[in-house]
Amino acid sequence: MNRSLRLVLGFLAPVAALVFALLISSLALILIDKPPLDAFQSMWSYGIQTNSLVSMVNRAGPLYLAGLAVGIGFKMNLFNIGVEGQYRLAALIAASVAAAVSLPAPLHILLIILVAMAVGGTWAGIAGVLKVTRGVHEVISTIMLNFIATGLGAYLLATFLREPPRPNDLIISTPDIPASGRFPSLNPVLGWFGIETPGDLFGFIIVSLFVGFLFYVIVSRTRFGFDLRASGLNPQAARASGVNPNRMIVTTMFLSGAIAGLIGLTDLLGFFNAYTLDFPTGLGFTGIAVALLGRNHPVGILLGALLIAFIERSAQILDLEGIPKEIITIIQGVIILSVVIAYEVVRRLIEAQEVRAAAEATKGREPEVVTT
Amino acid sequence: MIKWLRWIAVLAIVAMVAAACNGDNGTGDGTTTAPPTTTEAGTTEPPPEPTTVGLVYDIGGRGDLSFNDSAAAGHDQATQDFGIEPQELEPNQGGTNREELMRLLADQGTDLIIGVGFLFSETVCKVAQDYPEVNFADVDGFIDATTCEGGSDLTEDSNIASLLFAEHQGSFLVGAAAAMKSTTGHIGFIGGVEIGLIQKFEAGFAAGARHVDPDITIDVQYISQPPDFSGFNDPAKGKEIAAGMYDGGADVVYHAAGGSGAGLFEAAKEASDAAGEQRWAIGVDSDQYQSAPPELQPYILTSMLKRVDVSVYESIAAQVDGNFVGGYLIFDLARDGVGYSTSGGFVDDIVPDLEELKAAIISGEIEVPDAV
Repeated sequence: MNRSLRLVLGFLAPVAALVFALLISSLALILIDKPPLDAFQSMWSYGIQTNSLVSMVNRAGPLYLAGLAVGIGFKMNLFNIGVEGQYRLAALIAASVAAAVSLPAPLHILLIILVAMAVGGTWAGIAGVLKVTRGVHEVISTIMLNFIATGLGAYLLATFLREPPRPNDLIISTPDIPASGRFPSLNPVLGWFGIETPGDLFGFIIVSLFVGFLFYVIVSRTRFGFDLRASGLNPQAARASGVNPNRMIVTTMFLSGAIAGLIGLTDLLGFFNAYTLDFPTGLGFTGIAVALLGRNHPVGILLGALLIAFIERSAQILDLEGIPKEIITIIQGVIILSVVIAYEVVRRLIEAQEVRAAAEATKGREPEVVTT
Repeated sequence: MIKWLRWIAVLAIVAMVAAACNGDNGTGDGTTTAPPTTTEAGTTEPPPEPTTVGLVYDIGGRGDLSFNDSAAAGHDQATQDFGIEPQELEPNQGGTNREELMRLLADQGTDLIIGVGFLFSETVCKVAQDYPEVNFADVDGFIDATTCEGGSDLTEDSNIASLLFAEHQGSFLVGAAAAMKSTTGHIGFIGGVEIGLIQKFEAGFAAGARHVDPDITIDVQYISQPPDFSGFNDPAKGKEIAAGMYDGGADVVYHAAGGSGAGLFEAAKEASDAAGEQRWAIGVDSDQYQSAPPELQPYILTSMLKRVDVSVYESIAAQVDGNFVGGYLIFDLARDGVGYSTSGGFVDDIVPDLEELKAAIISGEIEVPDAV
């Protein structure tokens, strides 16, 4: 009973948040004299076209990794805001290494993945070490490290890592990654189902899903995962039972950064083939929202990533219909706020119910239940 | 004023020619459904469908008071003159969906798609291959065989037009004006972001100033380094750098820094007030005297005009006429694609000298360097 109630409430909370967000954005649309139903209708019909679905999955892949990177930190109350800087620096250096070596395809890709994880992990690890040795709060240090990553990346790209410029070309980029370093697309798989798309379905999606699976195994099925959750729930108790908190902090930050390092590879190995000036930014920050939506659970994060990706893709049609696409910023913001509130309400409901149940169970044995 | 009249006259002529040529070319296969007209014989025949033109702005979009707005002005003018069906889109904050927006427009049956900014060059190169019946133009974007896979050098028959500007020529003229107006023999240049495009402004400016006064001192400073593009929108830093240059003895400062230029104008006013003598600022892209608040106008000597609006307007005009020309379209002094403004009357006394230099550049007598 208790268990199924939890499940129902846990499912209802995000749905209620979504409905609430749609109501608020409808209100905003009515205020600017646009019919909200038309807007949602055209978003939906555009969003469920095959091309849009492919694009949605392509967007969701990096967002999923970003959500996982933030989520693993959240599991032990570490707030890694630095995912943004970690993935951009990792993508830049991985792209340069990838272009500099030539290896057989699987090894080449493996090397790129390892380099990206190492760079992302090291960059996040700095914040972990600072916290452990100097007591610097990771929120401060990761934000600062974002700025340093941007500056350092800019400097490296403009100097050492830059492809020799061609006349008249204004795009600054690293040299192209040879074919062996590119991740094959999943279009053949789509082909089995008779689906053809103008763009690619990025193969790196598979890696994202695998990382999600690993996340689940490590957090829920290993000693390390137990220590991680224990440290998050009650640091004192964890410490008393022999968990070394310093080691946990540094390891978790490293893991978080290592996952963050993979974020940029979806686009890098599937689309850009080089780190260029117009490389996607902002994925790390969106990842925080995705992790909040998904309650740090790998399946929840996946659903959150798909939802955000769907909204972003389907909003593209709005400008053509004469509706400002900024409306989706409102939708996303309200969803995140109301999801956080809804989860908190659910948590209190469950807690109240548990208190009642405990009171019932002990009723016969004790003359009075003292509540404060 | 005379410039204005001439411009209006040109527009009027182009409009008349376009109207005459546009009698019955229903080449567009757009999805618009206008009511069919009934001819005398009783048969129905569809009216000519309006040409659809899609503009994809760079991040910032309409309302940036600079580059994007200039493109928007050309688009608006063409909409008014030719009755085209205008469509406008803007990439998301991370700039991850440039390609999708171009494809979206192409799928809608848009006849001409214009990317605003050089970051679109690779996207245009790619998408144009998949939609041979659609025409593309890229403002500032140089596209050739090496821009993307399967790309080729552009010719007149290409469905891509690279709209390029001779910014160095316009900058040469304002550089000459700066040297003529300087009493200290010391001037300055503020670039937004240190990329090849902006160095072109610097090179022309320096050459123009040295042409007038070979011994002149020129301070050069860039606000940010790529891939950090904040330098185009950081008035606070623009002001700080400008104040430093005025303090150091410069009395005319030119900026090629987009939105950061607002800071330069403020610094010019403050430096003039502090020193008790005139300090000048030079604007860029549009006639910034016109858009500046009245209290800052007395400090804006002139502006280097980069007529993005002209390039957009002319591309649309050609498309409407049915003679879109691909290849590299250079908007230079001879074509009035670049120039200088005279609003405020501060350069009236040196206009004859500037016109002489302009004629010399057009005739090839003076060759302006386009790189530092």
